[in-house]
Amino acid sequence: MGSVHPLVALLWLAPALLLILGVVLYPAIKLFDASRSEFSITGLRRGDAGWENYAKVLDHPSLGTVLVNTLIWVVAVVAVTIVLGLALAQFLVKQFPGRRYVRWAVIVPWAASLIITSQLFVLLYDYNYGIVNHLLLGAGVIDAPIDFLGDDSWTMFSMVVVGVFVSLPFTIFVFIAGLNAIPDDVLEAATVDGARPRQRYRSIVLPLLRPALMIATVLNVIYVFNSFPIIYTLNDRNPGYLHDTTITFMYKLAFKSQEKDVGMSAAAGIFNVLLILAVVLIYLKIINWREETSR
Amino acid sequence: MTTGAAQAGPAAYGPSSRRRKRALMGLGGALVAFAFLAPYLVMVLDSLRTSSDVKSTPPSILPRVWQWDTYAQVLGDERFLNWLKTSLIVASGSTVIVVLVAIPAAFMTARHRFPGRGLFLLLVLVTQMFAPTALVVGLYRQFFELNMVNTYGALIITNAAFNLAFAIWILHGFFASIPLEVEEAAALDGATRFQVLRRVMLPLTLPGLVTATIFTFIAAWNEYVVALTLMIDDDRKPLTVGMRAYVTGYEQHWDQLFAASVIAVVPVVILFAVIEKHLVGGLTAGSVK
Repeated sequence: MGSVHPLVALLWLAPALLLILGVVLYPAIKLFDASRSEFSITGLRRGDAGWENYAKVLDHPSLGTVLVNTLIWVVAVVAVTIVLGLALAQFLVKQFPGRRYVRWAVIVPWAASLIITSQLFVLLYDYNYGIVNHLLLGAGVIDAPIDFLGDDSWTMFSMVVVGVFVSLPFTIFVFIAGLNAIPDDVLEAATVDGARPRQRYRSIVLPLLRPALMIATVLNVIYVFNSFPIIYTLNDRNPGYLHDTTITFMYKLAFKSQEKDVGMSAAAGIFNVLLILAVVLIYLKIINWREETSR
Repeated sequence: MTTGAAQAGPAAYGPSSRRRKRALMGLGGALVAFAFLAPYLVMVLDSLRTSSDVKSTPPSILPRVWQWDTYAQVLGDERFLNWLKTSLIVASGSTVIVVLVAIPAAFMTARHRFPGRGLFLLLVLVTQMFAPTALVVGLYRQFFELNMVNTYGALIITNAAFNLAFAIWILHGFFASIPLEVEEAAALDGATRFQVLRRVMLPLTLPGLVTATIFTFIAAWNEYVVALTLMIDDDRKPLTVGMRAYVTGYEQHWDQLFAASVIAVVPVVILFAVIEKHLVGGLTAGSVK
């Protein structure tokens, strides 16, 4: 690796830096600006608001509900995804006829647009016409159709199912990569030493899989936290913020609620950014980021 | 023990038992595949029904009437063609920018040492974690002030910026794996740094370039929240946002919504399968050193 004058390097990095500064950092500054401003309902800036927008977010009657929803959403989706994903990955690293095609099938929910998958599930979950109710009724599991997206006790569960469904592919592929990286001879040596499958799994596979587990968990936390289309679409016909997470709450404050309050939405956005930054710091710690090793 | 009883005791470890086990696993695999595909099979089947058949009780698994001309209808719908146009322009535009911007950055960071290199890579990693969702109000303010609401340009640079990281990681990995001698030989022949990159290094990173191209294209093609916020005119919306117009309180064309969905999803899934091998590396980069 050759050394190069910083100015020459800067020249080669300039386009990337411009893009990142202009479209990631600058909007973040604009977001902060907006959070300290007062806006008319049509979105025109009317003047300084100080920290008032932050106070309004913290005083918002739905804030508690939204925070609890966010916690349930992230923890439930990520936990179920990790456990199911690990089991499926373990299966998909084994040799069996047609494995290639199964792996391709697993990719589909990942490649398809989240908004299309969400719209699809709106119909699958439908009270009258949905195939989910139809199958459950037919199998005798339920006596009457369930209003998966309208019944408050079912909405979050129904959204979590979709969240897990679309998060599984990435997770499975991370675990497949992790499992493939475990050298065969280590496992063979353990077998020769008389380790039984369960022992071998607990004392060799799991520890070696730790990095993949951590990475899949943290990245999923970020993806699931940021996930907008699923909640926005599946929760579309419910009024208020009863099933919103902090991300859709923030969006609705600015663009969909009666108050159309850009300033308050921006303040909520700053809280979201800080939450993500905290998780990113955890991620950097986990992958042991150091300037010297970053090659 | 009577004849015909299943005799697969734990001691039966013959070749036939192994074959049976493989067959069982194949069956399990088919079930897994079905679980992931089933919702999309419903989508394809629904795109071939009449709109009233989509909403019929009880639902039938197969369409009561196979209606193939929904696809012709959708492809002849001017609104759909406008959305498709936006999606193509935005996805292609972002992809071109990402590739052009990522190549020099990845080449410089993978093959050279200079102060600030680690800081730059850290910046790239952090942007990868930030989906535009959290910043959407800031993005809206920015483009509102620049008078760029409703423009392709705004969507293109936003998609480019937020997908740059993946492309840089992928290319970085490929550049870093090229032996130093290859580069030195070219330098001895008097090639400039740019010539080394173009003639020697780039051809060797072709799989990385393909992966970066496809990944960016699909990410921009599937993007939703920024387009929803910035593209207000109906004929400027991309497919993901525009399509919603097929099913609203006023019109309920589920058949058309799903035909449009199939058109939007199928090419992307095929492209995605092509780059499967490199996906994990690009998304968990920074961690795989």
